[in-house]
Amino acid sequence: MNHTERRRSDWWLGALALILALVLWEIIADFIVGDVFYLPSPSDVTLAFISLVQGGTLIMDVEVSLIHFAIGLGAALVIGIPIGIAMGWYKRIDAFLDPIIEILRPIPPLAWIPFAIVWFGLTNVSAGFVIFVGAVFPVLINTYTGFRSVPRIFVEAGKMLGCTKNRDLIRYIALPSALPSVAAGVRIATGVGWMCLVAAELFGVSKFGLGQKLWYFYNLHQMDSVVVYMILLGLIGLAFDMLFRYWIDRRFLKWRTGEVA
Amino acid sequence: MGDLVIQNLTRNFPRENGTTLTAIENLSLTVHDKEFVCVLGPSGCGKTTLLRMIAGLDTASSGEILLDGERITGPNPKVGIVFQEYSLFPWRSVIDNIAFGLEMRGFARTERNRVAEQYLDLVGLTQFRESYPSELSGGMRQRVAVARALALDPVVLLMDEPFGALDAQTRNMLQHELLDIWEKTKKTILFVTHSVDEAVYLADRIVVLTPRPGQICEFFSVVQPRPRDRTSVEFAKVRRVVLDLINQPKCSLS
Repeated sequence: MNHTERRRSDWWLGALALILALVLWEIIADFIVGDVFYLPSPSDVTLAFISLVQGGTLIMDVEVSLIHFAIGLGAALVIGIPIGIAMGWYKRIDAFLDPIIEILRPIPPLAWIPFAIVWFGLTNVSAGFVIFVGAVFPVLINTYTGFRSVPRIFVEAGKMLGCTKNRDLIRYIALPSALPSVAAGVRIATGVGWMCLVAAELFGVSKFGLGQKLWYFYNLHQMDSVVVYMILLGLIGLAFDMLFRYWIDRRFLKWRTGEVA
Repeated sequence: MGDLVIQNLTRNFPRENGTTLTAIENLSLTVHDKEFVCVLGPSGCGKTTLLRMIAGLDTASSGEILLDGERITGPNPKVGIVFQEYSLFPWRSVIDNIAFGLEMRGFARTERNRVAEQYLDLVGLTQFRESYPSELSGGMRQRVAVARALALDPVVLLMDEPFGALDAQTRNMLQHELLDIWEKTKKTILFVTHSVDEAVYLADRIVVLTPRPGQICEFFSVVQPRPRDRTSVEFAKVRRVVLDLINQPKCSLS
């Protein structure tokens, strides 16, 4: 039995752990803590979830957050991939841009919040910008690394078969060869970007949003609703990751034997 | 046509300590149209460097290489190459690998697939049309590499120890198939190897190189008709002669 089959047949172990955790959480919340503010129980959270669904803004929150996220991740791809390609393929561009990238990269995305507000005001773009700062470097670095590690033999084989211009070599040889690495970078960027979301929404760029509502309910001391938003953030992040993994497997598994990302 | 003329070829590589390493020195060689020439020499004697220069992937320090009278200055569609390492594009299926050169030339999909299928058939891998290189054995990969190099119909085919990484049985089989392909397509083939057995089995003419710097030490014409029987007394005799050639002091000492 191989690894995947074993994981499939043992799925109930994971489900059991989830149920046990919920039961334990309920017991601790009800009988040991006994205070919704300090630790809302699963049933408190379920009730809060139902009333939030009835309130009708939940979908709006998800929508607004996805807009922020799409702006940030989209910009990270549009800017990170071309710069990564240019730096990975042309040594002089690498030498030119590398110091700037190395200085900007360690600045935490949240440190950009003041400038996000100054430059873009309290808008969706402003939240997107913070997510962009978190997401762009994994995309850029992985694209760069992928292009740097294109085997020379592929480039030479390409040249011998009439693929000689830089533009063609990038398109037909380097990009496909580097694509698994680029995809891994996008996957990391998705995770990092999603983590920046709560912070990006906490400075009041919108009336809706998962992160915005998390702070809003914290300020109202409705901790059961806070937990609802926490879980939603986690589940949507998980869904992104699973979708991505599924896509990567379908895209690359037929030609790559090892684990891609 | 496929006449290859190499004149006074020298290749120096500058080293970090300021000295230069001479990989090939003053090498002259003529390969005639449709001839099968094996270049035999020890590891590090500049065989690969020689082939890379003919391919246009490397530039000579002095001397020149002429193909049908025209000087080679860079990769040229008239010259095909099969590398020692696996060089198939892993993201492309077998058919798309073979059709790659035609795609770069701007052939439409149906046309390039039609041509690629002919060469796929030539190397006997029709049923692996849609497979990816990672799904093929080493021998099959090199067959595809041969088909890919031939698909652009070059006049000269360069082969850099193409069967070096294969087991002995597969290697013998591929040598046999290569001769069949050569009979059918009549290319000029320049085949680099360090195996005397391989050279004697394949070549019209064997060129023995000295250790670094690579220079031509001996020429030897193999006159036995093909197919040659590796187990025959005749074959053993020729192999013995070639072994003696490469072991004589002027060929084995630099």
